[in-house]
Amino acid sequence: MNKLLSTRHLLGIRELNSDDLHLIFETADNFKNLLNSKIRKVPTLRDTTIANIFFENSTRTRVSFELAEKRLSADVVNFAASGSSVSKGETLIDTVRNILSMKVDMVVMRHPVPGACVFLAKHIDVPVVNAGDGTREHPTQALLDAYSVRERLGSVQGKKVVIVGDILHSRVALSNIFCLQKLGAEVMVCGPATLLPRYIGSLGVRVETDVRKALHWADVANVLRIQLERQDIRYFPSLREYTLNFGINKAMLHDLGKKLLIMHPGPINRGVELSSDVADSEDAIILDQVENGVAIRMAVLFLLSQKSENN
Amino acid sequence: MMEPRLLLGDQQIRLILKRFAVQLMEQHPDMEALALIGLQPRGVVLSRLVYDELNQLGLPALPHYGELDITFFRDDFNRGELLVPKKNDINFSTENKQVVLIDDVLFTGRSVRSALDALLSFGRPAKVSLMVLVDRRYSRELPIAPDYTGIAVDTRVKLEQVKVSLSEKEYKVWIRETKQG
Repeated sequence: MNKLLSTRHLLGIRELNSDDLHLIFETADNFKNLLNSKIRKVPTLRDTTIANIFFENSTRTRVSFELAEKRLSADVVNFAASGSSVSKGETLIDTVRNILSMKVDMVVMRHPVPGACVFLAKHIDVPVVNAGDGTREHPTQALLDAYSVRERLGSVQGKKVVIVGDILHSRVALSNIFCLQKLGAEVMVCGPATLLPRYIGSLGVRVETDVRKALHWADVANVLRIQLERQDIRYFPSLREYTLNFGINKAMLHDLGKKLLIMHPGPINRGVELSSDVADSEDAIILDQVENGVAIRMAVLFLLSQKSENN
Repeated sequence: MMEPRLLLGDQQIRLILKRFAVQLMEQHPDMEALALIGLQPRGVVLSRLVYDELNQLGLPALPHYGELDITFFRDDFNRGELLVPKKNDINFSTENKQVVLIDDVLFTGRSVRSALDALLSFGRPAKVSLMVLVDRRYSRELPIAPDYTGIAVDTRVKLEQVKVSLSEKEYKVWIRETKQG
């Protein structure tokens, strides 16, 4: 088995190969095992300092990263763009160089601009973990999604996964497509035609605008939130209309006559993309995804910090 | 280069396993308070054999058995070889147990130090002792000593290695020169 990732940074799933994905999953298995035993915290990264730099709002991802770092005994500095010198006109590079001159060993960054983490990785010499960059990638989310499918269905290989919702603005969708395909799953995207990127088919995914047909085809439905904050124009007449056409409810699942795994990267808009009874049902593994997020992020941090000093 | 030299042969190791089982029985009248814990990766081969040996004594009760991975507790993270985590498997409470940690070779004592750290995260055992097949004397870097020893041997610290093979076909322990360069 490989012991190291093929990259020094985690910028996107696109840059990883399937060996990397399996290595991350196997390492995450160990951390999940620890988190469920009496050991919750291990001293592995006790001489490592990690900066969490969030230029965009986040609750789940930031808390999950912070928890992962703390469970590995790393020292953590949190930096949020609001209330910082970013609002005073400092550039990204200057902000990060200032933080690095305080001897930080790794940077976890979320930024509203696609590719911001790639730019950063070129200019600083510590590993960078992308915690979401604009509409490009959100690699740890895709990893924990695929890991949750693997956990529930035994494997990702050969499974049919439909991603429902706002594909146009979703970094989760893009990372998920790369990740699932590298693991051998079949991927479909489904949403209003206005929210499907025109050339999405060139990534080798199926495209469907009828959610019922999509669910009928799939083993797993990963349902995305409608990101009103990223939409510059109106892509559909109203949320109510979106819900009528693309919202998933219990009756719809009942009509399928088969088991379907329901996932959601959160935060859920209850009653919009998922009805409450679906979100709280046994087939929804939304909270498992959150739990697995900590183990996946511990694995990523562990593997990247091994790399950084041995190269 | 010197030829590898055999330290323990199959027969001797089988005898040692029997002796370990009897020693454990002798020192732990209450088997239910005893817990054998093998250290990943190489100690678990030995610990399984010791457990099997105890099993064959036909005791009314058997000790608890677990396997412990120390990867995340090691003190040499990023200081040399790459660490690959293994599985932890301790499905009982170590609280107030008489724990015997089992490893194949005791050398610098650093793995045992890490194991103590890892073990204490599971609870507070009443007592922890250490069982090793081979004790490489005079090479300790920490104040750690074994309680059950298969054989004690003096080796040249950097020049020699102790190799243990406990495959189903044959058990053996040998000493060989460290590959130079």
